[in-house]
Amino acid sequence: MAALRADLQRVADMVERGARALDVGCGDGALLEWLVRHRGVDGRGMELSQAGVNACVAAGLSVIQGDADTDLRDYPDDAFDYVILSQTLQATREPREVLRQMLRVGKRAIVSFPNFAYWPVRLRLVFGGRMPETRSLPHKWYDTPNIHLCSIDDFRALCAEMGVRVERAVVLDSGGRAISLPPLIANFLGEHAVFLLRRDQGVGRS
Amino acid sequence: MDFADLTAAERQALQHCEHAILGRESPLRLDCGVELAGHRVAYKTWGTLNAARSNAVLICHALTLDQFVIGTHPVTGKPGWWDTLVGPGKVLDPARYFIVCANVLGGCMGSTGPQDRDPATGQAWNLRFPVVTIGDMVRAQAALLDHLGIPDLFCVIGGSMGGMQVLEWCASFPKRVFAAVPVACAARHSAQNIAFHEVGRQAVMADPDWREGDYRQHNTVPARGLAVARMTAHITYLSELALQRKFGRALQNRDAPGFGFDADFQVESYLRHQGATFVDRFDPNSYLYITRAMDYFDLAGAHGGTLANAFRGTHTRFCVMSFTSDWLFPTRESREIVHALNAVAANVSFVEIDSDKGHDAFLLDEPEMFRTLGGFLKGAAAARGLPEAG
Repeated sequence: MAALRADLQRVADMVERGARALDVGCGDGALLEWLVRHRGVDGRGMELSQAGVNACVAAGLSVIQGDADTDLRDYPDDAFDYVILSQTLQATREPREVLRQMLRVGKRAIVSFPNFAYWPVRLRLVFGGRMPETRSLPHKWYDTPNIHLCSIDDFRALCAEMGVRVERAVVLDSGGRAISLPPLIANFLGEHAVFLLRRDQGVGRS
Repeated sequence: MDFADLTAAERQALQHCEHAILGRESPLRLDCGVELAGHRVAYKTWGTLNAARSNAVLICHALTLDQFVIGTHPVTGKPGWWDTLVGPGKVLDPARYFIVCANVLGGCMGSTGPQDRDPATGQAWNLRFPVVTIGDMVRAQAALLDHLGIPDLFCVIGGSMGGMQVLEWCASFPKRVFAAVPVACAARHSAQNIAFHEVGRQAVMADPDWREGDYRQHNTVPARGLAVARMTAHITYLSELALQRKFGRALQNRDAPGFGFDADFQVESYLRHQGATFVDRFDPNSYLYITRAMDYFDLAGAHGGTLANAFRGTHTRFCVMSFTSDWLFPTRESREIVHALNAVAANVSFVEIDSDKGHDAFLLDEPEMFRTLGGFLKGAAAARGLPEAG
């Protein structure tokens, strides 16, 4: 099997062997398949595109068509050990509610997203005067699905506000290598971030 | 058992399949309260049950289909109804699985139904036959599995009414179902679907040859009524697009409209043919009973009004499947099943197949269906520890 994309590997590394995991926005199922095969994970997926769903099911994965914004509500509390949202949070209509639902349905949540404070992004906006287009943000402003972009510090602030505990945060450079630098600098040099979250008592319950 | 009372089609069917007389010791208690002792289940099997008895697949057939899943049908002479899916090298390969399909209770291809004799009176049941439900059909199948020594199923699969049976299996015998594939179905029959069935039943019963259900004793057949019922139903199995593409407004064997009520249009001729051939293979009373069983199906209703309750605690792996152009059992009905399964955090896959062929798509050559179903079964077989085909 092909190696996982660097940011997906960082997500995978946070999942314990044999856990129950739901991958929201699982795309072609690469992460899910890796988790099932290599970590013995009881893995499920949710994907917006039916073509993606069919490809996953044809690969033997348990995947349904669904929308992170609306369909997490179906699941009971604590249905999973992990609910994963990789590179999708910024495309949801209500990221805060999605996060809340993830931490209701899962004991832990793993969220990865592109950092909007990554220095090339800042440069393009500040000096280029145009909406940034980078490798991880390749869309034009008028056709991007990314309607709720944030920086790493923004995300930390949201977690603090929601009373969500950050168990681990890994910031990745453009080569997918983890950066261990103070947050202010990591927020400048990091292209992606992967957060392992856990709800504090009482948070996330409706 | 004496088959002399049975219809010619049924006798023919029974000569080409196995049958078991079940429920002699412990009668089958129907939902309506009646008990059936010594009811006959006609069935066919393909492949071999492995030593661990872990490779059994039960196929549940739809309203007018039967146990002749593959091979030439002994009554119609036509190919089996699911030979696209079942057979050597196919998704359901008898080299790997022990495949069972039984004619439903109330059916007319060999299993006990209204055409049989009531042992209490010695007279034909006809309309005195108790109304059966999807649950009754499934309990009859479970009794057959007991008879065959199959403790639990690797997979139960079926489309349309077959899909209803799959859902009922998962709700009634959750520990006996490892994987389930309900295709093109719903957890309850909708008002529109009940309405179509009622039109069909009224057509049968309005035929003077129906004789209050006692047509065989009068040597008549309500052929016109049953044909009209089939014509109506057949439209619901197709899509507007499929009908338009296949027939358009093309005329039948003529260049101009005949200014009369012959089958001017090809679509009329087609429907008349569908109706006429149906009469040769299907029993009119059986049609009434089986459509009724579908109408009564309401899995949520049977579980306190909440569909999720039907699946609480389930360990079955589900693959729910629907087709984009199916307006008889539209995708949203499958989605309701998926929502209910999610509500109990069940292991579920949901595939919607893009097809313009309507409800009948599940019987046709739909490569995407075979591809996804193949993947699902492969994953389930690995989880079950079944060896690869060989």
